[in-house]
Amino acid sequence: MPTKIFHTTSRPQPEQMTREHYLNVDYGIKSWLLTTDHKRIALLYLATITAFFALGGIFAVVIRLELMTPSGDLVQSETYNKLFTMHGIVMIFFFLIPSIPATLGNFLVPMMIGARDLAFPRLNLASWYIFVIGGSLTFTAVVVGGVDTGWTFYTPYSSSYANTHVILTATGIFITGFSSILTGLNFIITIHKMRAPGLRWFRLPLFIWAHYATSLIMVLGTPVIAITIAMVGLERLFRVGIFDPALGGDPLLFQHLFWFYSHPAVYIMILPGMGVISELVTCFSRKRIYGYPFIAFSSLAIAVLGFLVWGHHMFVAGQSVYAAMIFSVLSMLVAIPSAVKVFNWTATLYKGSISYDTPMLYAFGFIGLFTIGGLTGVFLATLGIDVHVHDTYFVVAHFHYIMVGGMIMAYMGGLHFWWPKITGRMYSEGWAKLAALIIFVGFNLTFFPQFLLGYLGMPRRYHFYPEEFQVLNVMSSAGASVLGVGYLIPMIYFIWSMRYGKPAGPNPWGAKGLEWQTPSPPPTDNFTKPPVVEEAYAYAPHTQEDRPRG
Amino acid sequence: MRLTHRRTGPVAEQKNIAAVAHHFDTAEQQREASTLGMWAFLVTEIMMFGGLFTGYVVYRNLYPDGFAAGSHHLDITLGGINTMALIASSLTMAMAVRAAQLGKRKTLVLFLLCTIALGLFFLGIKAVEYSHKYHEQLVPGLPFADEGTLTQQVYVFISFYFVLTGLHAFHMVIGIGLLTWLTVKGWRGGFSKEYFTPVELSGLYWHFVDIVWIFLYPLLYLIGRH
Repeated sequence: MPTKIFHTTSRPQPEQMTREHYLNVDYGIKSWLLTTDHKRIALLYLATITAFFALGGIFAVVIRLELMTPSGDLVQSETYNKLFTMHGIVMIFFFLIPSIPATLGNFLVPMMIGARDLAFPRLNLASWYIFVIGGSLTFTAVVVGGVDTGWTFYTPYSSSYANTHVILTATGIFITGFSSILTGLNFIITIHKMRAPGLRWFRLPLFIWAHYATSLIMVLGTPVIAITIAMVGLERLFRVGIFDPALGGDPLLFQHLFWFYSHPAVYIMILPGMGVISELVTCFSRKRIYGYPFIAFSSLAIAVLGFLVWGHHMFVAGQSVYAAMIFSVLSMLVAIPSAVKVFNWTATLYKGSISYDTPMLYAFGFIGLFTIGGLTGVFLATLGIDVHVHDTYFVVAHFHYIMVGGMIMAYMGGLHFWWPKITGRMYSEGWAKLAALIIFVGFNLTFFPQFLLGYLGMPRRYHFYPEEFQVLNVMSSAGASVLGVGYLIPMIYFIWSMRYGKPAGPNPWGAKGLEWQTPSPPPTDNFTKPPVVEEAYAYAPHTQEDRPRG
Repeated sequence: MRLTHRRTGPVAEQKNIAAVAHHFDTAEQQREASTLGMWAFLVTEIMMFGGLFTGYVVYRNLYPDGFAAGSHHLDITLGGINTMALIASSLTMAMAVRAAQLGKRKTLVLFLLCTIALGLFFLGIKAVEYSHKYHEQLVPGLPFADEGTLTQQVYVFISFYFVLTGLHAFHMVIGIGLLTWLTVKGWRGGFSKEYFTPVELSGLYWHFVDIVWIFLYPLLYLIGRH
């Protein structure tokens, strides 16, 4: 295959034809299942979480189909309870939490810091196996009948009364948690100990800062949910009296412990996305990122503040009103580092020479949708408003704006940005732009009506509703089908591109990170010669030679 | 960032320094990464036990009388003996690490075996205590025998007793497994003055598990007993 060098900044790769890289070094099944190469493990994760995304998506499809009509005609409440529970569990624990860290993070953290692998490669492979084992258990639970507690597992329903497969599902989540802990631990140590010469902390890509903050939450938060879930299981199996009031326990303690992890966990789900957006915005506006230290520290600030706000999930659960007031104020503080990021991205765009390649379209989508999701979060942090919209579709819309409009947009943007690096091939830019547009339209049509529904008082987690809510619900369901098409198209052209895509060359975007200074796909040891870093984000504005094509 | 760690020479040249993995440049970098990794892992352990301790503190405040009554059901002598055994095992573990650092193979194996023996002794005593509880019908989930006015509160205490000591005992089992592996590897000469990281890090883990017990013993056995 001919080598095409798009940019004068890239080193020539005359040996492209027969060059050995991490993909063609061995084709056997064992070479994948026993690999310790972080790049291959990233692809293992990519395949696994894509499958879980599809599974969670199927549940969403049935939910939206049921909500087309006010009465319960497709499923009844018992099935519906299982559907939203399993949609939540699969999407949160098996897609969103591992999404960017385990795929793009796994692939890029060592490359961006100029290392040959993560600090603990075997531990990295082990974490994938742990993920697969936990995922299989939960999948088994789904197949044999599912679980209906809600993804939150509130006690005493989950520990005493539910007669669905709580133990099996909880065991799956418990086990999967360790995969998350090990990934976070691996990233932290790698970032501390494996940086290339000259790569000081404030020269690190912001993607790395975001992953460092994410890893801190994974390492500090996940053990707490592990022990909490374990106690639910013990209470269910052995009647240990910790959460069930009938046994002398306190269900509020469960909620405190659960949200102590599960609120920070939403920052596990959004921080890596913010890291991706920082990379995209600076690359496609050909400008140094504006306010680097502020973006870097805002990631840490979100991670730290994230541990102090869990009580806002319990405003109507009976906690002390003074505690609720403090939690309310602290929750609003999270808006500050979040806004710092949004303003800095916007300032980076200012007078940049912006190009509208697919990854950048997703970045724009992220910034807009995340802003809406974030601002509605401030509504929910306000005590009085929360009492009105608590447990309504307003909340559902809010967190889908962050999770789907934010995280999945960033995930898609990141995949499109680094796909040429991962596979060495370009996808079809035309189809990719079309898919980005479809996803944006489909997303807003799905979830914006839910803000209105929630404000009008439609509660979440019911399979039927009064007739006056039907118009908005039909809009939402129609949007979901558009969104589904939007997600299917990239799956097709990504797979197509692996065989038929144009060779990408080492640096198709003219980007500046270390990962672009090595051939695509990279060799097994990542770099042909050890990289040295002298400057971060060395984008020079208004120079023609650095402009990406198109 | 210390530049001296990085790429000072071809990887192949450094391979002959005991077992440097391909992605590290020097043995020192590898050792530092492993050590930091173990400390980070211990932080996750603290958070895990921390969730349980939080629950314990909450209920201790809610049910002070029930918890005091509950601790009277525990055998302070057996608990005390076990505390001594664990403290002694920490000493032998520290001696084992020292022996590894000095490259003394037989001393290392001897101290590792001592540590394993003390660990097994601890688990044996724990099993005796558990069986006492079973015969006294003080086990959650089974018919409960406490006759006081605070039965439900004592039930919560006993629940915490089993979960906390059970999780601790589980960590002991893992630790004994690690030490057994170290003993075999050490006997075969797998460690030297240059390479003893696994001994050192397993030592850290073992001390951590001991420290957890140092907190558990007063919390469960002593407080509220006068």
